[in-house]
Amino acid sequence: MTIQDMIRILNARVLLGEDKLDTPVYTACCSDLMSDVLAFVDEKTVLITGLTNPHVVRTSEMLDLKCLVFVRGKVPTQDILDSADEQGLVVITTKLTAFSACGMLYQEGLRGVPVPVEWGAEDK
Amino acid sequence: MEELIRKSYPVAQADYVSAGHASADIKRTLKQLGVGGDVLRRVAVASYEVELNLVIHSLGGELTLRVLPDQVELISADCGPGIPDISMAMREGFSTANDEARSLGFGAGMGLPNMKRNADTFDIQSTVGVGTTITMGFALPS
Ligand SMILES: Nc1ncnc2c1ncn2[C@@H]1O[C@H](COP(=O)(O)OP(=O)(O)O)[C@@H](O)[C@H]1O
Ligand SMILES: [Mg+2]
Repeated sequence: MTIQDMIRILNARVLLGEDKLDTPVYTACCSDLMSDVLAFVDEKTVLITGLTNPHVVRTSEMLDLKCLVFVRGKVPTQDILDSADEQGLVVITTKLTAFSACGMLYQEGLRGVPVPVEWGAEDK
Repeated sequence: MEELIRKSYPVAQADYVSAGHASADIKRTLKQLGVGGDVLRRVAVASYEVELNLVIHSLGGELTLRVLPDQVELISADCGPGIPDISMAMREGFSTANDEARSLGFGAGMGLPNMKRNADTFDIQSTVGVGTTITMGFALPS
């Protein structure tokens, strides 16, 4: 799947990176917890999130992410978009909720990042 | 061993707006030195987590980058409040973060475990009422 395919599936609007839509997408992660993103995500992953604060973009910078998807039609403020632009990020926004966006992408074959989880002794 | 680079960044308590700038500069600095790939990503993740912890949990402190011929070192030192129970703080999911930090996507209690997982060496020293010092080493491929 490419970013262009995601745009079609999500009926999304491109906010940044019109020239890079043929970038391939390998896996996805949907989270509003930046520490979870920092723990599990690599540069081949698109981040789907409902958070539009500067830390989403800084987290993306730390991980060299290529594409950010905002859900529920959210659009970050211009200063946040400017810093995303400096990094060369593709940024798109969809009117779908996080749940629906993930469901549509999954249905079309996109899968999550593999996350190794072990039950803690106290949860067994 | 000969120190190639040493840079220190003051990090202020509750400065959520600038939080992350030191880590971005650290990443740029290392990139210019030719550090890349897996090591660069691990340093960046650990640096961002430790910098955010200074902002969210400490009374203020300093993040220092040292580059040696065979490793990158990150040192976070703050002036309090200190961590009463380090083994509790190291557990995934444990967090005392406030609502402001949580609203920004932090406070999942994953920071310290993330640092430990990403660094090749990890040391944490803390004294309540004095402060916390975290030292992380990342081996450079020869
Ligand atoms: N520099 C620090 N000073 C004081 N307490 C800290 C510091 N760093 C971490 N802590 C404590 O350790 C806990 C766990 O930290 P961390 O794993 O990064 O999770 P989080 O930042 O999401 O709370 C924090 O909630 C806090 O209680
Ligand atoms: Mg933390």
